[in-house]
Formats: sequence, C-alpha cells, structure tokens
Amino acid sequence: MSIGSDDIEKLAVLARLSFEGDELGDITDKLASIVAFVDQLGAADTASVTPMAHPLDQVQRLRADTPNADIDRARLQACSEATEDGLYLVPRVIE
Amino acid sequence: MTALHELTLTAMRDGLRDGSFSARELTAHLLSRIEAAQPRLNAFITITADAALAAADAADARIRDGSARPLEGLPIAHKDIFCTDGIRTTCGSRMLEQFVPPYDATAVALLAGAGAIVLGKTNMDEFAMGSSNETSFFGDVHNPWREGLSPGGSSGGSAAAVSARLVGAATGTDTGGSIRQPAALCGITGLKPTYGRVSRFGMIAFASSLDQAGTLTRTAEDAALLLGAMSGLDPRDSTSVDAPVDDYVAALDAPLEGMRIGLVQEFMGEGLDADYAVTVRAALAEFEARGATLVDVSLGNIGLSVPTYYVVAPAECSSNLSRFDGIRFGHRADNPSDLEDLYRRSRGEGFGAEVKRRIMTGTYVLSAGYYDAYYLQAQKVRRLISADFARAFEDVDLVVGPTTPTLAFGLGEKTDDPITMYLNDIYTIGANLAGLPAMSVPCGFVNGLPAGLQLVAPAFGEGRMLAAAHQYQQATDWHRQAPEGWS
Repeated sequence: MSIGSDDIEKLAVLARLSFEGDELGDITDKLASIVAFVDQLGAADTASVTPMAHPLDQVQRLRADTPNADIDRARLQACSEATEDGLYLVPRVIE
Repeated sequence: MTALHELTLTAMRDGLRDGSFSARELTAHLLSRIEAAQPRLNAFITITADAALAAADAADARIRDGSARPLEGLPIAHKDIFCTDGIRTTCGSRMLEQFVPPYDATAVALLAGAGAIVLGKTNMDEFAMGSSNETSFFGDVHNPWREGLSPGGSSGGSAAAVSARLVGAATGTDTGGSIRQPAALCGITGLKPTYGRVSRFGMIAFASSLDQAGTLTRTAEDAALLLGAMSGLDPRDSTSVDAPVDDYVAALDAPLEGMRIGLVQEFMGEGLDADYAVTVRAALAEFEARGATLVDVSLGNIGLSVPTYYVVAPAECSSNLSRFDGIRFGHRADNPSDLEDLYRRSRGEGFGAEVKRRIMTGTYVLSAGYYDAYYLQAQKVRRLISADFARAFEDVDLVVGPTTPTLAFGLGEKTDDPITMYLNDIYTIGANLAGLPAMSVPCGFVNGLPAGLQLVAPAFGEGRMLAAAHQYQQATDWHRQAPEGWS
C-alpha cells in the first residue's frame, strides 16, 4: 500500500516524534520503500504456523515481588534535566 | 620482544602473570595508541585514561600479592551501549549525549569483577541501528584496513579498536549481525552467543527478543576467555538463561575430526562477491583437511530473514525507545508549549534519521489494521526460519557460510538507500531470529580487504563452535594479519 503525508503525520503522533523541514519528505519516501520491502512476507504460507515470540520458546521467569534497595532516587534523578524535591518537572497539564 | 599491542588477550594475560610487563605499562602504551588513532579512526566516544591507569596500578598490586583474578589487568573497551556507573554512556545518540548512568550493566560488572580494565567506550551506530557506523551522532568510524571505508556496524568502534590493536578485546552487541559483520569487515573474530547467555541488564535495549552481548577479539581463544567471564544467569534480566556456563577455554582443544559442517547453499549464490566466495571455499577446504566432513545444507526460508527482521526489530524498538521521553533522562527540548510538544520535540531532536525511521516502521507494523499482516506474519515466518536451522542441525554440528555479501564498502556509499544497507546483514540475521550462537572468523583477503567465515551452532553450542574456530586458527594466520600502519 502507498504511504502519504497524512499517514506519516498520524504515525508521528502515535510515535511521539516531530519531523522538521526536509525530514518529512525523506521519511515518507523511505518508509514507503521499507513497507514495500517487508510486504514480501505476505507471500509466505504460514497457515498452520504458531507465531514465535521468543527465540528459545522460554517463558518469562518471575521473581518474588519484594522491595529491595536497588534504586537510589537521588542518583537516578541526577540523570534528569528538571527535578525538584524528588519529583520530575513537566509542563503544566492541569490548569 | 613482540610489541605489547601485538599480543593477543591471552598472551597479555600470560605476560602480566609472568612479570614480562606491568598492567600500567600495558595500559599506558595502549592509551597512547588510542589517543594517536582517534583523529584517524574515531573509534572511541569516551576515553577513560585516568580510571584505567588507577585500575592498572591496582591490578599490578594484585598480581604482586598473588590475588590476581582471571582477567586481571587485561585492557578492554566497552561498546557505548553498556551502562557504566559514573561514566557517560551515549549509545551513539544525541539523546544520551550527557547521560551518566548510576549503575553498571551486568556484563560490565562481571568483566570488572574478573579484573579487566576499561580503556574507554567505543563508537557505534545510534542505538545500534545501522550496519556501517554512519548513524552515530559522534561521527563515522573508519576501517583500519583502509581509511574512508566503513568498519561495519553497529559495533564498528569496537571492531576498529581491536583491529588497530588499540585494546586487547572489546564488547559488542548483536541484534542482526552487529558483532559479526564489523568483525568480518575489520579482519577480527566476533562472537554472538546464544540468546540469553549473557545478561542484557544495563545494555540499552533495541530489540529485546534479538539483542545479545558478545565479544570482539583477535582470536577464538580470546573470545573463549572473555565469554566465560561475561556469561551466566542474572536475576536482573528475566530473559537470561539458567544453564551452566561451560569452560570455553578448556573446550578449545576438541579436534575437527569427525565434525560435520553444513555449507548453506542459499548463502553461496546470487549477491555474494565472487572472490569472497573463493576465500570461503578455501577456508572450508582447510576444515576438511583437518578431518571435518563438509556437506551442503539448505535453509529454505532464509531468504525472508531480512524482511522478517525489519518488522520484528523495528516493532520492538518502537516500544523500547518510548522510554526516551525528555523527562526522566536524555535530551529535553527547550521551552515546550505543553507535554505533547515536550515529548515530540525532545524525541524529534534527540534521535537521528535512521532511529526515527525504525520507530516509525515499528509504529506502522504494530498499528491497528496492520498488526496481523506484518507483525504476526513476521513472527510466524520467524518460526519457519528457526525450524530450518533445527532441521539442518539434525545432520550437522555447525552451519557455515560467508559472514557478509561484500567486503568493506565506502563511507557514504549506501546511506541513501536503507534497503541496500539492510541487505548487508542478509547472512547474519537468521542466527538472531533463531536465537543461535554464531561467530565470524577471518578467512582471507580480497584486494587487500578481509573476508569473514561465519559459523553457527545449535543453542548453547558455543564451546563446540569456539573449538572449531580455534582449530581453524591453528592452521591459518589470517587472524594474525594487522592492517598496514597499525602493527
């Protein structure tokens, strides 16, 4: 299928990405060629095949849900550009 | 005496233990080479000279007092995808240009615990998305065999650093060939273990069902040494596997005699450089001369591996990279008008073109109306590809073929067409989709550029695979060749 600028804008909103200037034409062309390339998968006969989500077909290993002291909030928040009193600062969302 | 940088990792270990040189001498020597090489190769994003020299002094003290650990004093570099406590970790991206992690990746911690010394963090394709090291925010890496050519990617800085004798070994990650392809193009040995063999904790995620950490070394013997120290169950990574770690070094002596090796027919046809094919066939003749039996095998669905990968990997990447929101860590856009604007501009400015392409591809194949046709279908084809390998391993111990379709190519040569770039990984992606261990070993030269032979083993068959590579390296000297000007 073809991909137009409306599709790109919709995907960019879903992906929380912005594209500026020439980027928009570039992503439109290249995404169309990538989708055309992966379209060849449709020809494979997979009627009786179970999807493979894990390469070794292993199930998720779980651990006990107990608190531990792994996380040092001050050190973790040092990675952020804007924190205050242990909280992350973001633009106002509730007026 | 052989120059210190010419020694393999194993020979460095032996020299440190018998007092031929100190860890400080070795570290200082390699740091001076790294500094000198940086303007030409750009293999490093961060050089950790002071910390490395301090660690070298501590290693010398341990060697003197008899408490040396298995990798004591050995100089390595980490791909800049591994979180390093207190050391900037960029993943090759503007998004993480200033990111200093508060913890070590498990692979980093295990190697440090075994005594290895980190000389720096190596350049890479942004978020490991690329096959040429050209998507890095920190500039192209050059191939030591010929400047102006790509070292491959995404672990291009690690491969160039090992090839140019700047470090004894380096870590890398391999999602679709990102260890094996640069190893082949730079004339070194690159190993991607079985999925889950090495913990992914602290390794910045790209595609979680495919990513695996591994090694870039000069020899299979060095790979065995490093892999043994990196592997094992990690409670912090729920996909790491609870299987015993073999003594890979002890396994190296297993002979090739009696081993059955299957040459993948689909890898030897159209698309493969004709001279490259000659070097691969000559390498396999060497395996036969040492007692292995060579047979033909077919992987009937392998032709669909690249399109399968370019659905599965972008889908997982679009999910994994949603954590970069401009709030908790990473690049944050100036003066956002609202929360949506903060997200979109932080990500739009922080990610490069290839990363944005893959996030968009992943978003597309997972979106309503397309999920079944693309993502679900790719997961089904993935099973077909995996089943092809399983069938082949009913008859052979290893499957083999070329690592890449071409030799090292020019920087800028393939950047305009993503599909052409993606096809670089046509022979390597299958092992990731099936979760199998695979490695590339140098097998000859064409027009002065190295070619790689790929070996793929059944899950957790690293020992057998390393032994085969080691036995081949006992009979050949391709892996000992140094690029001109770097010996």
